[in-house]
Amino acid sequence: MSDIKMVEAPPGIEGAGFFATSLDKAVGLARSYSLWPLPFATSCCGIEFMATMGAHYDLARFGAERLSFSPRQADLLMVMGTIAKKMAPVLRQVYLQMAEPRWVMAVGACASSGGIFDTYSVLQGIDEIIPVDVYVPGCPPRPEGIIDGLNRIQELVQNESLRRRDSEEYKQLLAKYGIQ
Amino acid sequence: MAVKEINNQAVLEKLQTKFADAIFNVSEPHEFLTLTTTKDKIIDVVQFLYNDDELKFRFLTDICGIHYPEQELPLGVIYHLHSLTNNVRIRIKVFLPEHAPRIASLTGLFLGANWMERETYDFFGIIFEGHPDLRRILNVDDMVAFPMRKEFPLEDPNRTDKNDDYFGR
Repeated sequence: MSDIKMVEAPPGIEGAGFFATSLDKAVGLARSYSLWPLPFATSCCGIEFMATMGAHYDLARFGAERLSFSPRQADLLMVMGTIAKKMAPVLRQVYLQMAEPRWVMAVGACASSGGIFDTYSVLQGIDEIIPVDVYVPGCPPRPEGIIDGLNRIQELVQNESLRRRDSEEYKQLLAKYGIQ
Repeated sequence: MAVKEINNQAVLEKLQTKFADAIFNVSEPHEFLTLTTTKDKIIDVVQFLYNDDELKFRFLTDICGIHYPEQELPLGVIYHLHSLTNNVRIRIKVFLPEHAPRIASLTGLFLGANWMERETYDFFGIIFEGHPDLRRILNVDDMVAFPMRKEFPLEDPNRTDKNDDYFGR
């Protein structure tokens, strides 16, 4: 017997030779196990993330195999490290260049809140300029923490309705950040 | 051929014979010759140290600024020079008034002074006259303050998100 774990099928109606489920569930399943992250790594958390990508922790296990350093085709923006105010417009531009559906993960204390850098030159958390889905605590978080963050993102992706991004609520959220 | 050992004393003697009263506040913390001069003389002093056949201070290690709010001349520019041939270093300080801190640029002598002076302008607001491109180098361009001057509170008193109560302290 092998130890390979299979993903459980979403709830649906099963019969001889067919399986019926809702489109939301099928699409969510597909999306969540094929996330393409865009690592925006500026400091120590980025180094910790490199360990997460390495063979020991192996982020690719979760289907996040293709790490792209381009917003093209990427759907998960992982911000890892201190974001200075001078870097903020760059980060925002990268976010704007990503196509919907997109998720954002703030890894570590700096990206989440400015961390120990309570100073004039550092952005006090990236949620001042872009919406954030998951915050990973730690300074820096261990690779397990980053993997846990990715699993939380997967949960969000699986349970998201296909129409969430057309909803009024979502549009208001983006409008709050001045994004059309 | 016996090479003459150049030490701090020799450097200081040469400077004092040449510039006399323009060299003051001489000290040697950690055997590092440190002296103060005036803003009119600084270019001449550095030029002399550069050109002198024996001294050959031909490497500019750093230019930076400092702010002592309680002094009569609160803003300072500090020059670090290194003579690679003699392996001797020297630190020269110049102090300027707070309302119009202007000093001649060293870019005519050391091209490397360009970025160092931009940094000093960026953080202390010291104007280097004759600098080819004096604009901010590290901070955002639309900043109006000079952040390393000691005129700001260390923390914003209105912040509530970092109160100790939230962290059980």
